[in-house]
Amino acid sequence: MSSFADIDFEERMATVEFRVGTRAHITVDSNVCRSCTTKSCVTCCPADLFVPMSDGGILFNYEHCFECGTCYMVCNNEGAINWTYPDGGQGVVFRRA
Amino acid sequence: MSEPVDVDVIVVGAGPAGSAAALTLARSGRSVVLLERGPFPGSKNMYGGVIYGRVLDRLVPEWITEAPIQRWVTRRSTMMMTSTQALTIDYRTESWGEKPYNGATAYRPDFDSWLASKAVEAGATLVTSTTATGLLRDEGGKICGVSTDRPDGDLRAKMVIACDGVNSFLAKEAGLYHHGGVEHFTLGAKETLSLPKSVIDDRFGVRGNHGVDIEILGATPGLAGGGFVYTNLDSISVGIVVSLSDLQTAKVRPEELIANLKAHPAIAPLVEGADVAEYSAHLIPEGGYKTMPELYTDRMLVAGDAACMCLAAGLWLEGVNFAIGAGEIAAQMAIEAVRDGDVSAQKLSGYQRRLEESFVLADHRKLADAPEFILGDRMQNQYPKVICDAVEAMFTVSNPTPKAGLSQHMKAAASKHGVKIRHLLKDARTASKLFG
Repeated sequence: MSSFADIDFEERMATVEFRVGTRAHITVDSNVCRSCTTKSCVTCCPADLFVPMSDGGILFNYEHCFECGTCYMVCNNEGAINWTYPDGGQGVVFRRA
Repeated sequence: MSEPVDVDVIVVGAGPAGSAAALTLARSGRSVVLLERGPFPGSKNMYGGVIYGRVLDRLVPEWITEAPIQRWVTRRSTMMMTSTQALTIDYRTESWGEKPYNGATAYRPDFDSWLASKAVEAGATLVTSTTATGLLRDEGGKICGVSTDRPDGDLRAKMVIACDGVNSFLAKEAGLYHHGGVEHFTLGAKETLSLPKSVIDDRFGVRGNHGVDIEILGATPGLAGGGFVYTNLDSISVGIVVSLSDLQTAKVRPEELIANLKAHPAIAPLVEGADVAEYSAHLIPEGGYKTMPELYTDRMLVAGDAACMCLAAGLWLEGVNFAIGAGEIAAQMAIEAVRDGDVSAQKLSGYQRRLEESFVLADHRKLADAPEFILGDRMQNQYPKVICDAVEAMFTVSNPTPKAGLSQHMKAAASKHGVKIRHLLKDARTASKLFG
């Protein structure tokens, strides 16, 4: 289905305003991820922030996060994702008309 | 109640539920702080497109002229699609484009900011850029406020109303969530596409500030969910809603599902040549009545998405109206509880009763089985094909073979797609019970 993609992902995410805070509001324990066989976060995250590594772990960057909650909801491994909201005023800011 | 408090009530979250609650509290003279973690109300919020404002007629009568809406929906289409077919039931009426109106499209950052401004005008204190990080409890273990991420940010109050959205960490912390499973939630992902107003008017067959809402079954092949297209003034929004548990195993990405929908022959001409102005995503609590958390505990009420009050019932897709209704009723309960000096769970159980008597839980209770029905395998994966094939056969002129009746076409299509007649009858009964 990916052949339908009409704009590349970087361009897609560039349409969204993020006020990036200094604190990573979500952290991923890659040691836990290594034992994960599903890694649903990789395909489910609408911002595509979970990158599988060659060692079986996950590389995660919090900066362009929608704060939706999908990742911790689909995660099968207790303790892999530590999820909080960004500090007040930071994170995604959806557009006014 | 002897401990000092900063305000009577803290409302967490300046979405539709929170602002309706804060507005109602402030009007009755109660002191209320409305906490918002975004830089302005609505900045974290997106949805599938339509606000039904009837619930505002009493609360904010001037909403019709004041609310920052994009277009009044005068065409409501329900589409069933397969990869190459689409059957659309398209209803249009001019009456939804004039008083008292029905549904409107709007950008949530605009609409939510406007509703919060009404609460502020009434005397609520809106505090933005402040995240509630947890519940404060007194020595007896009772909720007595919230902690925030501000320095010295603890806020004490007689009551807390949690309108903190679909992830509601406050309701979870209070132990109110018992149905937090992934199967009760969907992911919504959407593109807002720029197009000149005149192009939108022509493509969608509307004029002025009249607009279109198309809700689509079969938009996410192989995954339970749906799709939508709706018109703003000079942009259109196209998106998908997909079951999280299906997304978990399907190994398909959300933006690919949107791209797939945009490439569908029934949708492609509508979105052609339009650039993505914004991409967005949000979770939706679609499980309905059966999956709601407990709505009250000592000194706390829960409303809106935090209480799973989105109605995803196939024919009806609503949420903002339920949030506003519940926020208002939560505030009325809080006003009475604070006045009577009794904020116990027993007293606050009146909130549940009032919601049951109102449209909020009356509608949800009536449609309690709808989410499961709509997201079920036959409805999602088989019926769009069966119905499209049957209609295609009906309208295909088969000369010199004489015409068959619709029931024959239905039977043939059902059999082709593995649907048994007893399934059809059973689902027809369910649908008639749900929607009848």
